[in-house]
Amino acid sequence: MNKVPSALALGIRRGGLEIRQFARQRESVVFTMLFPIILLAIFGSVFKNTIGPNVTFSQYFVAGMIASGLVNTGFQQLAIIIPMEREFGTLKRLRGTPMPASSYFIGKSILVAVSMAIQVALLLAAGVIFFGVHLPTAPSKWLTFTWLIILGSATSTVLGIAFSAIIKSGRGASAVVSPVVIVLQFFSGVFFVFTSLPGWMQQVAAIFPLKWMTQGIRSVFLPDSFATQEAARSWESGKTFAIILAWLVIGLFFAIRKFKWERE
Amino acid sequence: MKQVVEVHNLGKNYGSLQAVDGISLAIEQGEIFSLLGPNGAGKTTVIEILAGFRSRSSGDVRVLDFDPGSKGREGRLWRDRLGTVLQSTQDAGDLTVAETIDHFSGYYSNPRRPADVISAVGLDEKAKSLVRTLSGGQRRRLDVALGIIGNPELLFLDEPTTGFDPEARRAFWDLIKSLRDSGTTILLTTHYLDEAEALADRVAVINHGKIIEVATPAELGGRATSLARVSWDEAGYTHEEETSNPTALVAKLSAQFNGEVPELRVTRASLEDIYLEMIGKIHE
Repeated sequence: MNKVPSALALGIRRGGLEIRQFARQRESVVFTMLFPIILLAIFGSVFKNTIGPNVTFSQYFVAGMIASGLVNTGFQQLAIIIPMEREFGTLKRLRGTPMPASSYFIGKSILVAVSMAIQVALLLAAGVIFFGVHLPTAPSKWLTFTWLIILGSATSTVLGIAFSAIIKSGRGASAVVSPVVIVLQFFSGVFFVFTSLPGWMQQVAAIFPLKWMTQGIRSVFLPDSFATQEAARSWESGKTFAIILAWLVIGLFFAIRKFKWERE
Repeated sequence: MKQVVEVHNLGKNYGSLQAVDGISLAIEQGEIFSLLGPNGAGKTTVIEILAGFRSRSSGDVRVLDFDPGSKGREGRLWRDRLGTVLQSTQDAGDLTVAETIDHFSGYYSNPRRPADVISAVGLDEKAKSLVRTLSGGQRRRLDVALGIIGNPELLFLDEPTTGFDPEARRAFWDLIKSLRDSGTTILLTTHYLDEAEALADRVAVINHGKIIEVATPAELGGRATSLARVSWDEAGYTHEEETSNPTALVAKLSAQFNGEVPELRVTRASLEDIYLEMIGKIHE
């Protein structure tokens, strides 16, 4: 009997391939990596005020940028690129091979995780060097940061794969996905202080994971004293974990059930 | 001979459109079997059902002792023994030819050597080029390379030479024959008659989702026994006679003209004549 390579081994191979392909699209590499830094520069220059004791807007905003990085590199990128791969026949070709869909998903997750890690490192470095951002020193903060990034990028990845199933054409993908992401960013307190948003906006945002990712990352980069200024007067770490995890499960379910190799 | 593909009364409808309408066929191990028919005849639908890309509406299908419509893990082991070259892909192509082929070889339990496959499809000089810099014909050869990298027992080729120049088609035919000679069973769809004639051990002519005839290219449409047409000039007119015995007629004419027969021509129906007649018949 023939013995095909394991799904995990193929997934790791695919991850390597995805990274290599991504690295060759220079424009998109530069855009993905520099865009958050450019935004940080713009917002940091416009809003020079402090929003709490020892909390500059840049400090607040860097948390938002990292969280939206999760959404951009995972959800947005995949929800745009998968329909294109479907339209180009890349997925159809893969389907004809013994490679299982799970390996394809693993490959995409690796791509998202690696580009996220690079993006965070660059953003934090630029924040510290140019915009006076302070990094936390307590190991517990970095632990929180680590699980947020891992859980967040996994959730964002599966939601991107799930969302790609409802997008009909590769060319139209960007037009459907980008507005969704931008509106979500405004509602979730990425660009503005969350508690300054209208109440209904906050309530809508609380349904989706970006608000919780953003708040979670604020709990890492902002002093604990700032927690009292959050909507619930607390960081709500447990709730954050539970809600993002719930979205991970929902995303995984739909990613597996609804994934399409071909256009109908 | 072992049957690699068995199809009984296969049907596929898209809404009210009957794309495949009761097809039955059997393909034996080691043969090149061609589905020949005009565009829209149902060739692609049939090959995509057999390769497990599309569900069927009715009928029974066995491909390498497996039902392509079934789901689950067995499917991976089944695909490990198959090669598929379906209609064209337009990858973004940020990998080189060699990288792509090398990567795909990792999907299979017993792949061919990537370097051998690159040579076999004639892409040696392009091995280090990015896929997006390839011409249409070169891309198609890459498609074929990815179809055979897994060392398949059965290879599906859906209109493989569309967009090839004549020279590339000849080279491709040689490649397909060499695969057959090494034991690979091949199912090929084409709308090129000369391709079916050059490659296929057996041809199924298909139109409107039905098989009109299955035969060797030489016997298709009763070609082997069809009447020959003998024409010649006599007293300022062109005479024409259809006969099953042209040699005798020519001998008789030769005697009558005392040697050379003016404007003598003996023709038999070409595969194309027969094919067009078959396709035309069904339209009426």
